[in-house]
Amino acid sequence: MTSRMLRVSAIEALSPLVSRFRFEDPEGALLPLFSGGAHVVVEMPDAGVLRRNAYSLISDPMDGSGYEIAVRREDGGRGGSKFLHTQVAEGDLMRISAPVNLFSLDLRAKKHVMIAGGIGITPFLAQLKQLARLQMPFELHYAARSRAEAAGLALLPASPQVHVHISEEGNRMDLGAILGSQPLGTHVYTCGPEGLIEAVAETGARFGWPRTALHSEVFMAPPPGAPFEVTLATSGKVVTVGAHQSLLEALEAAQVEVQWMCRGGACGRCETGVKSCHGTIEHHDHWLSDDEHARQTKIMPCVSRFKGETLVLDL
Amino acid sequence: MPRTEFSPSITSRPVYPGLTPQGATPAIMLAEGPGAEAILDLAALDASVMDLAHLIYIPAGHDAGPRLAALGAKMYREAPSYASALERYRKALADARMGTTLYLAGSEGMIGQAVAEALAAGLPPEAIQTEHRGTIARRMQCVHCKGVTENVTTDPFVCSHCGLTLFVRDHFSRRLGAFQGVCVDAETPGIVPAVQEIKP
Repeated sequence: MTSRMLRVSAIEALSPLVSRFRFEDPEGALLPLFSGGAHVVVEMPDAGVLRRNAYSLISDPMDGSGYEIAVRREDGGRGGSKFLHTQVAEGDLMRISAPVNLFSLDLRAKKHVMIAGGIGITPFLAQLKQLARLQMPFELHYAARSRAEAAGLALLPASPQVHVHISEEGNRMDLGAILGSQPLGTHVYTCGPEGLIEAVAETGARFGWPRTALHSEVFMAPPPGAPFEVTLATSGKVVTVGAHQSLLEALEAAQVEVQWMCRGGACGRCETGVKSCHGTIEHHDHWLSDDEHARQTKIMPCVSRFKGETLVLDL
Repeated sequence: MPRTEFSPSITSRPVYPGLTPQGATPAIMLAEGPGAEAILDLAALDASVMDLAHLIYIPAGHDAGPRLAALGAKMYREAPSYASALERYRKALADARMGTTLYLAGSEGMIGQAVAEALAAGLPPEAIQTEHRGTIARRMQCVHCKGVTENVTTDPFVCSHCGLTLFVRDHFSRRLGAFQGVCVDAETPGIVPAVQEIKP
């Protein structure tokens, strides 16, 4: 992955749990532009562990003066967000990857409907700026539990196309009303918890939406699990994966080169062949098909785990 | 007249897999001539497809109108030609919502034009169902003068606009809903191959 060292130029609390981080080139050089929905991977050297987390860019895609992300502190998480919230200060240098977009707008659409749950608002903040420039019809629905938790409120433009649904205030999002009467050529984008994405898919199917018009991005951290071992076919090396470590992270710690991009089971870059498998691969990715999952001949080391006797990887 | 089986040798020709009922979803139906039989077959499989259907029929010499009218579509209209049906069809597309299914049945020229119109209106390709019935005559665009000649049954044929003798190419334009015709005697003016009937 192409990456560069950038300086943390501003940290701002948006809500008790969510902060905005701004990164700029230390020499003031312009950064590559991107498109709404793109993310960067932030490297965090945390007490001997190199953490790499992907965060959606929330700043204007056409503004190369800096990159901004909004990070929700997950104290029960693997530690990346906690590191950003507690160990990073303005002025620090951090390694940031070039932007990659796995959740871009389909520009053939005649209208864009964005549905965000909680911190899933982040990719849409950049897309809103892109859509404003393109002068394209859109509507955005932002659901959050409470106003205090709705960190996106501070960053959303006041616009009749922006609809905020606060469930605590009894203003729940009605997916049937949103999907039931959209004009031809509408594309829908959902970002948030898996339950929200499934609900949009189900409601869309009920109203006869083709799957190609429904896009989604689930924010996915590698799930923890029981520690396990893998054997590498070429070197015979045995790598142990810890409970809160991903297979990809364990391979990286063992100096094994694996190509990667999203680190969230979506892009397909880290797809690795399985030589033999005595046990069950716990697939967590959105990349391989159901058939491929069942065959157990491929694994996505960024999110998937293993339970059983032996797993030999084609590495 | 049954569903037309085309030779698979023309790779740019759209595939017309036949109509499959999608239940009582909002629907726009456009049938031309013997295409009426495809709609009748569709309704026989699942009568509920007519509940929210706007059915437009272009008889084109076929007399299935009364039987189509009896299917109980939410709206039923007849039009003497595709051109005369176009304003109604466009309005139906403009008013349609995501989740609408489009059923098209009839000649290749009608289907091609109606698909192009629907895609331009934003209808997702997955929401379009097509079934070819009736004439295998081609709708041809002259690549020289851009005029379209309807109902071409021979190769070569004479462009009804510029008068050139055109070779019938197996090159279908989805944008135009027409095959392409190219001057057959450009290099040897006046030497024209024997006229053949176009095969499916």
